Amino acid sequence: MVTSSFDYYAPTSVADALALLDQHGDDAKLLAGGHSLIPLMKTRLAEPAVLIDLGKISTLSYINEQDGGLAIGAMTTYSEIAGSELVQSNAPVLAEASGQVADNQIRNRGTIGGSLSHSDPAGDLPAVALALGAQLTTSSSGAHRTISADDFFVDLLTTALEPNEILSEIVIPALPAGTGTAYAKFANKASHYAVVGVAAVVTVGSDGTCQSARIGITGAGPKATRATGTESALVGSNLDDSAVRAAASHAGDGIDFNEDVHASGEYRAHLISVYAARAIRAAVENAS
Amino acid sequence: MAQEITLTVNGATHTNQVEPRLLLADYLRSVLDLTGTHVGCDTSNCGACTVSLNGDAVKSCTVFAVQADGADVTTVEGLASDDGTLHPIQEGFWEKHGLQCGFCTPGMIMSSLDLLSKNPNPTEAEIREGLSGNLCRCTGYHNIVLAVQFAAEKMNSGS
Repeated sequence: MVTSSFDYYAPTSVADALALLDQHGDDAKLLAGGHSLIPLMKTRLAEPAVLIDLGKISTLSYINEQDGGLAIGAMTTYSEIAGSELVQSNAPVLAEASGQVADNQIRNRGTIGGSLSHSDPAGDLPAVALALGAQLTTSSSGAHRTISADDFFVDLLTTALEPNEILSEIVIPALPAGTGTAYAKFANKASHYAVVGVAAVVTVGSDGTCQSARIGITGAGPKATRATGTESALVGSNLDDSAVRAAASHAGDGIDFNEDVHASGEYRAHLISVYAARAIRAAVENAS
Repeated sequence: MAQEITLTVNGATHTNQVEPRLLLADYLRSVLDLTGTHVGCDTSNCGACTVSLNGDAVKSCTVFAVQADGADVTTVEGLASDDGTLHPIQEGFWEKHGLQCGFCTPGMIMSSLDLLSKNPNPTEAEIREGLSGNLCRCTGYHNIVLAVQFAAEKMNSGS
């Protein structure tokens, strides 16, 4: 399949990319790993007149330890994240989920920044960013802005990014002592997209009760969201099986469930509670 | 508007004027006549178009040739020695009959190369996961797994 014609730019600095973005405005799309955008261009659902490829900006690809947490450049690939010992240690759920995205070839190209900016309703990393309380740093000409993951995902394929902004860095705060994390996904068998996916970050106190919980879910509704009903039911509980089940039963609260060829809304509503319970149980196990 | 790209493919440097919308798979096949790289689904699913881009397996139907400017690309044509001696992975597919029609085979081989370069001793489960981005529609994956195991053993023995 052949895309529409476009002008291609491959800037080597964020400043040059921002200048191009300012110059071309709404005609331009940013190209990261391309594994969401290029398929859309091939089917001509997207026909940008200008592509600004961020792939030659080496300063956007890194994984650094920062204040006990992580700072990750937006162009870092899923493969780099999944294979990083630093991510495995400081934010294990991010490595776990990145290793479950699509397949090896796609993980070699797809990027964390591209995934978050695209906000695909079945993408894996938006749920993980929510569960980890990630802070997203954007760059625009002469300015930087930090957006909490909680405020970033606005709607189906829509984020809080302004047209003149580039998502440049993902900051993940340090996990408190006693915290376990896990990702549980019911994957589409062909694409490995999440029919539903749940990322759980649970802090267990020395008395075995839940001190805090952040649960991010994807695949269920039009955008990734936090399961606040599940979180509040977990906090203070003793995290035994009945407490986890009871909390997980609220994972779908308030969601307008997706209906498609892969699963009905009713089935997704069932799955989200099952996978929330699995993710929470695994997170609690990983906390010890 | 055509743009000039220069990249290394199977050790040879090529400079061409290409339209930005030309896919890497089509560049390899139509411009360089390297038709070992196959285009199957053209939708990033089947993996028949898999090539090595700077050492990583990628689906060349989902990369524009301009994105590969300056890159080092290896296709299935680049694996055998100049004297025709097969790469151990190619030999494994031959010895273990890891194919029927052969359409998926170049992609399977290029994915196996990525897998074995990063994990020289994969388990059967790791081989199946590592090749999950490559679809065979003839029969199944049993002999393909055997082919990769053959190659791993041969590459590790250094012969």
